[in-house]
Amino acid sequence: MAHILLRYGEIHLKGQNQRFFLDALVRNVRESIADLGRAQVRHAFGRILVDSPAEEEALVGRLRKVFGVVSLSPVQVASPALPDIAGAAVDIVGAALGTRPGIATFKVDTRRADKRFPLTSMETSREVGQTVQHRFPQLQARMDGPDLLVRIDIRDQAYLSSETIPGPGGLPYGTGGRALALISGGIDSPVASWLGARRGVTIIPVHFHSFPFTSERSKEKVLDLCRVLASYTGPLGVWIVFFTDIQRAIQLSVPDGLRVLVLRRMMMRIADRLAEQDRATAVITGENLGQVASQTIESIAAINAVTRLPVLRPLIGADKMEIVARAEAIGTYEISIRPYEDCCSLFVPPHPRTQPGLGEADEAERGLPISALIDTAVQRSERLTISPRWARDTLPVGS
Amino acid sequence: MSHTRAGEIYLDNAATTKPHPSVVESVTRALTVDYGNPSSLHGKGVAAERLVAEAREALAWTLGVEPEDVLFTSGGTEANSLAIRGVGGVARGRHLITTAVEHSSVRVLLQRLAAQGFALTELPVDHYGRVSAAHVEQALRADTALVSVMAVNNELGTVQPIGDIGRMLQRHRAAGRPTLFHVDAVQGWGKISLRPAAWSVDLMSLSGHKGHGPKGVGALYVRRGVPLAPQLGGGEQERSLRPGTENVPGIAGLGAAARLLAADFDESAARMRTLADRLREQIGTIPDARINTPQDGAAPHIVNATFGGVRGETLLHRLEQDGVFVSTGSACHSHNPTPSHVLLAIGLSTADAQSTLRLSVSRFTTTEEIDAAAVALHHAVAELRALVR
Repeated sequence: MAHILLRYGEIHLKGQNQRFFLDALVRNVRESIADLGRAQVRHAFGRILVDSPAEEEALVGRLRKVFGVVSLSPVQVASPALPDIAGAAVDIVGAALGTRPGIATFKVDTRRADKRFPLTSMETSREVGQTVQHRFPQLQARMDGPDLLVRIDIRDQAYLSSETIPGPGGLPYGTGGRALALISGGIDSPVASWLGARRGVTIIPVHFHSFPFTSERSKEKVLDLCRVLASYTGPLGVWIVFFTDIQRAIQLSVPDGLRVLVLRRMMMRIADRLAEQDRATAVITGENLGQVASQTIESIAAINAVTRLPVLRPLIGADKMEIVARAEAIGTYEISIRPYEDCCSLFVPPHPRTQPGLGEADEAERGLPISALIDTAVQRSERLTISPRWARDTLPVGS
Repeated sequence: MSHTRAGEIYLDNAATTKPHPSVVESVTRALTVDYGNPSSLHGKGVAAERLVAEAREALAWTLGVEPEDVLFTSGGTEANSLAIRGVGGVARGRHLITTAVEHSSVRVLLQRLAAQGFALTELPVDHYGRVSAAHVEQALRADTALVSVMAVNNELGTVQPIGDIGRMLQRHRAAGRPTLFHVDAVQGWGKISLRPAAWSVDLMSLSGHKGHGPKGVGALYVRRGVPLAPQLGGGEQERSLRPGTENVPGIAGLGAAARLLAADFDESAARMRTLADRLREQIGTIPDARINTPQDGAAPHIVNATFGGVRGETLLHRLEQDGVFVSTGSACHSHNPTPSHVLLAIGLSTADAQSTLRLSVSRFTTTEEIDAAAVALHHAVAELRALVR
């Protein structure tokens, strides 16, 4: 039986509705490991404790991706009596020595919530430290910067851990409304979707597919990205929008400097329609100020003009390097850089207009049968359900 | 009779071919009946050993060589690797010669040897991708250990002057030079006559799946007496040069493919030539289309053409919608957006290289399929040009 202790952060700050967030977190934790065997998930003294018959490594792999979890530790549980605690400490140090090379120094750190425990925290640390030292004479106690820190938390039981693994942070998934997340095969949009989901928003990825202007593989790529996102959120509904005719119509009737803008406006109009069907009340995009010529304040204004929904742009102020680092940590980067052309890059004219006026965009769309195009696109779209892909991830997901 | 599904026109036979039914039958037999290990002493082992021996004979026959001179490998890439690294391991010279248009499985290996201290000369080609024997001769040094030139270029179909180079090398060797001659003939097998012994070729690589055989099997012809360092350690299979339990199903399938092409080599090559010529003619009527494959001195199955102003990848997918399957450059770097080194080597601009398709026929392609594909190509090019004007 493996035991994992989960710490949550922001939920502590919530007032009357703290219960709502906590229940959601416990539910999400349960669902994330549901297929790994019958687990007990309980909330106690400001932490969540998971007891599961599954392997610790598999559990950690899942739980470090649950939004709302700030950090987690595999723990040993002992009865709150000194000999048991010391015995568990020896076990945990032995396990650490066996798996982590290069441990020469250690420290024991005790916190005592249950003040009925006969020893003070300091005394407990000293006693346990002496037992560990006796059992592993090659180790040296060190107070500052030890290679191995054994934490003892004495509550209803004693919980011992030697490892703190960062979680993704944020708020429990599903507590913050529903939004459509526009997703291309690029680096930015999956990160934007992830950031939205991390704030609790239920995301429904929408991809605009333009075969034969883009390949089947570019769609597979997007679905692979969604599989990674689903490993944080659980199964995702995903829209694949039939966008070929719109792409063709734009190429034929819109002046080339305004094509990208009109393309984005059409995407936004479709998102608006799908949002209605899916009871979503916002749109998330990976747009980022000034990164490409079409992402200017003027362009954003012209894109916003075609929808009544709030458009959330979590990456608006991020630098490319930050986005790449985040994509790597999330696990989407390697997929995003697969070299299939997406429909944005194929037809991009050499010089898109950077400061289009609202009137210009309307004028450029004059030749387009907008509502007919959108009707067809929506009718021919498919909605898929994408399940998580459980890769053996190694990168920590920092916040 | 078409061997593809109804409505599908498969013109990507330089990437891979559909296995012939007799190949499937041979593979199945080796998986279901004769599944023994050729090294086993009992009857099951003997039966499997016989399949391997028969395949070796059939393959050797297609090259006009003795069966003992043919080693089975896991494919063209491994055959190239065994040849090049095998020579590199025992080489008496430190200089290597190749061309600018070789397949990556040759190029990468030679470049690695160059990084390990060998000197490498990469010869330029003409605008059809052809190297001249005279250029090879000029590049020769007293310490040239290996010359590696492909028989047929996989993107253009251009045939290299292997016989000329072989004759010239024979004179060079007669003066006591250690130079060996390797030919990557993966794209030539079953398409042009391959005669390594007559051409003074020391090593020749083949692959099963380019000639209606299975994937995962290939062969290396090694002229008797050519020293080669094995790249794997293990048992004594394939004269200890390529140890490991034989891929009997693959080898049996390769043997079946060899028998198939031996049965009607001249007729099927002529048929492919007629189809390719017909395709050339029809592509020639598309405005601003340029054929990169030479009319004379090309393998009979490949037509490579540039369609100005149209992205090759987009054109490929547009044709796919009409059930026509083709390739942009060679399949191995169609996942890689940088333009083909072969197309750049023959002088195409990056833009033209990215506007280029390779169409390749097989013995099963029909005239009707060529005509239908040409119509689809006309339409697709016109449609896409209208979009990106």
